[in-house]
Amino acid sequence: MSIKYSEDHEWVDAKEDDLVVIGITDFAQEQLGDLVYVELPEVGDECTKGENISVIESVKAASDLVAPVSGSIIEVNSRLEDEPEIVTEDSMGEGWFIKVKLSDPAELDELMDEEAYNAFIEE
Amino acid sequence: MSVGSEIRKTPFHQMHVDAGAKMVPFAGYEMPVSYPLGIKKEHTHTRERAGLFDVSHMGQIRLSGEQVMAALESLVPVDIIDLPKMKTRYALFTNENGGVLDDLMVTNLGDNSLFLVVNAACKYADFKHLQDHLGSSCELELDDDLALLALQGPKAAKVLSGLAPAVNEMTFMTAKQVMINDISCFITRSGYTGEDGFEISVSSQDAENLADILLSSDEVDWIGLGARDSLRLEAGLSLYGHELDTSHSPVESSLNWALSKVRRLGGEREGNYLGDKIILNQLQHGSDTKVVGLLPEGRMPVRDGAIIQDENGNQIGYVTSGGFGPTLNKPISIARLETKYTNSQSKLFALVREKKIAVEIIKLPFVKHNYYRG
Repeated sequence: MSIKYSEDHEWVDAKEDDLVVIGITDFAQEQLGDLVYVELPEVGDECTKGENISVIESVKAASDLVAPVSGSIIEVNSRLEDEPEIVTEDSMGEGWFIKVKLSDPAELDELMDEEAYNAFIEE
Repeated sequence: MSVGSEIRKTPFHQMHVDAGAKMVPFAGYEMPVSYPLGIKKEHTHTRERAGLFDVSHMGQIRLSGEQVMAALESLVPVDIIDLPKMKTRYALFTNENGGVLDDLMVTNLGDNSLFLVVNAACKYADFKHLQDHLGSSCELELDDDLALLALQGPKAAKVLSGLAPAVNEMTFMTAKQVMINDISCFITRSGYTGEDGFEISVSSQDAENLADILLSSDEVDWIGLGARDSLRLEAGLSLYGHELDTSHSPVESSLNWALSKVRRLGGEREGNYLGDKIILNQLQHGSDTKVVGLLPEGRMPVRDGAIIQDENGNQIGYVTSGGFGPTLNKPISIARLETKYTNSQSKLFALVREKKIAVEIIKLPFVKHNYYRG
């Protein structure tokens, strides 16, 4: 299955039926500038689509990471706590944020595909 | 003087766009917040080499008249009358309650003439303040056709003296009029980064030309407002609207060093400025609040507005500026605290998103100043 995108500039990569990896897009990373701190949720936390799950701090400001889907957090990329610059270097790969077990896989259909997302950021 | 609601551009605007800057509205101007290098690398570049900042949004005011020195003294708690020719001094406009209307740099041009550089967001209010109080005795001009560049960093003097050797004779807080490739430049050895450096006032029509000449050096790169803020934060320098405001006096903002002896109690020209009684009283008996540096534990930035608590959860102050210090590679903050806690060895905490972060009081600046004093 291909990678989906949210209007809050996150990517959601469905690995198995109900398991996804979530990160921020390259566009988001560029907009934020140098990251200095990432506050991650705890493994076991529940997330609800549209609610804040993480805080990303650049030199200039703090921004929220909004959950693009609902479910329970089964893994967090704790490397980001000491090396937030990984997000800047490889936002779509090594700089992933969390893995989520979906409670409602149908939510994936509400996200954009790559073409739609590229059109969205062009606006 | 024009105060349109339209967003304004400095003479360097096209150069910023061509350099790939991220432009943001700031104090009525469209200004570069960062360049493709990014805030952290721009910051480091300035600490290690030389950064070029467009600060043309700031107000440049010329004040003249037979009694100009005494006149300005009536609005600042600072010694202006004894300011030698072509020397620069830091000053503050106060209000009737001892609060701060703005901070500024004053240079004595000689011939009964002073040159002021004031904050962008305050410049029209400052000009009106000057007109209201000094308009009958002095001539005033807010020159919106002047550009202002800051060249800051350990290589700034090498770069600038290569173009104008006379710059080598300047020490921190002195001024000189020089020619750089037929461009007339008014230079002060000053800045807002904690580094050695210069501010260069130049006419709008020569502005781009001068920037091109400076940027032709390998040492020099454009630096945006983002790094300007992280540099001044590390240098522990006050920012109007953060450490300074109309409801806190210079004493309450730990700027006692800026209050000249001759204007203090028992001095030759004691008081005689707006709010003098309150400020003199605080100088003698102390103030309820002070501004201090804080080092938060861990890596989470503690930004302005964060509440500071004592061990028992009582609010004892708040953060006025905070973020990340790239030179220290850790978060740093400046806070206004109740004075009785500013020497305390007891544990203090900052509240960030309902989390308690331990903070340690530290003497400002976070990064040592490198001013050239000769």
